[in-house]
Amino acid sequence: MTIPVAYVVALSGVLFALGVVGVLVRRNAIVMFMSVELMLNAANLAFIAFARARLALSGQVFVFFVIAVAAAEVAVGLALLVSIFRSRQSIDVDLVSSLKG
Amino acid sequence: MPGRLARELMTAELAVFFGLAIVAVLSAGAMLISQNSVYSALFLVINFMAVAVLYLLMNAAFIAMVQITVYAGAIMVLFLFVIMLLGAQRVEIRPSLAWQRPAAIGLAVALVLQFGFVLFGKPAGAGIEPAFNPEHFGSPASVGELLFRQYLVPFEVTSILLLAAMVGAIVLSRAEKPT
Repeated sequence: MTIPVAYVVALSGVLFALGVVGVLVRRNAIVMFMSVELMLNAANLAFIAFARARLALSGQVFVFFVIAVAAAEVAVGLALLVSIFRSRQSIDVDLVSSLKG
Repeated sequence: MPGRLARELMTAELAVFFGLAIVAVLSAGAMLISQNSVYSALFLVINFMAVAVLYLLMNAAFIAMVQITVYAGAIMVLFLFVIMLLGAQRVEIRPSLAWQRPAAIGLAVALVLQFGFVLFGKPAGAGIEPAFNPEHFGSPASVGELLFRQYLVPFEVTSILLLAAMVGAIVLSRAEKPT
C-alpha cells in the first residue's frame, strides 16, 4: 500500500548482488547453487513489487512459473551434483576442470 | 481520527518492511559466510520466509503460500537431503585466482550502486504506488483465473517441463550398471 516500490526493488537488487557474490566467491557447489536460488528469489521479489505497483496480476503469474522452473532446475542440478560426487568424492568446483585446455 | 490512524498504519507497514528487509539481507549474508553447508541451507530458509512475508505485504497472498510450500518447503528440503547425502563438507579452499574474491565483492558493490542510482537518482524512479487496495488482488482465485485463461499454454508446458526434470533427475542419479 504505502511501501514505495523503489525500496522493494532496491532490496531485490541487494539480494541479487549477494547472490552474485555467492556464486563468484564460494567454491562449494551446493552453496553456489543456493546462491543461484537466492538470485532467482530476488528477481521474483522485483516481479511482485512491480505487479503491485502496476496492478498487473501477470507479474504474479510469472513468479509462479519462475518458481516451477526453479524447482525443476534444482532437481536436475542436484542429481548432476550427486552423480559428479560419486565419481570424484568431492564437490569443489575447481576440481571439475577436465575440459580445461 | 481516521487520518491519524492511517498515518500510524503507514509507519507500521514501513517498520515491518524494514524489519523484514534487514532479516532477509542478514540471513543471505550469513548463508554466504557460513562454512557449514547445513547452516547455509537453514539461513536460506529464513531468507525465503522473510521474502514470503514481504509478498504478503504486497498483496500477493497466493504467491506467498506457493513460496513457502515449494521454495522453502520442497526445494530447500531437497537441498538438505543432498547435503546429508554428500556429507556436510567444509570445502573452503581459496579460489584458484587470487584476485577473484576482491573483484567479485567490488563488482557486486558497483552493481548495488547502479541499482541505487537508477531507483533513487533519477526523478522518475520506479513508478508510483496506487492509492487504493483492490479487492481480491493476488488471491488464489484471481491468479488461477489468469493461469487457466490467458496463460494456459505456458501452464501446460510447465507441467511437461516438470515431467522432463523428473525423468532427468532419475536417469542422472542412477548408479552405473556393472556390465
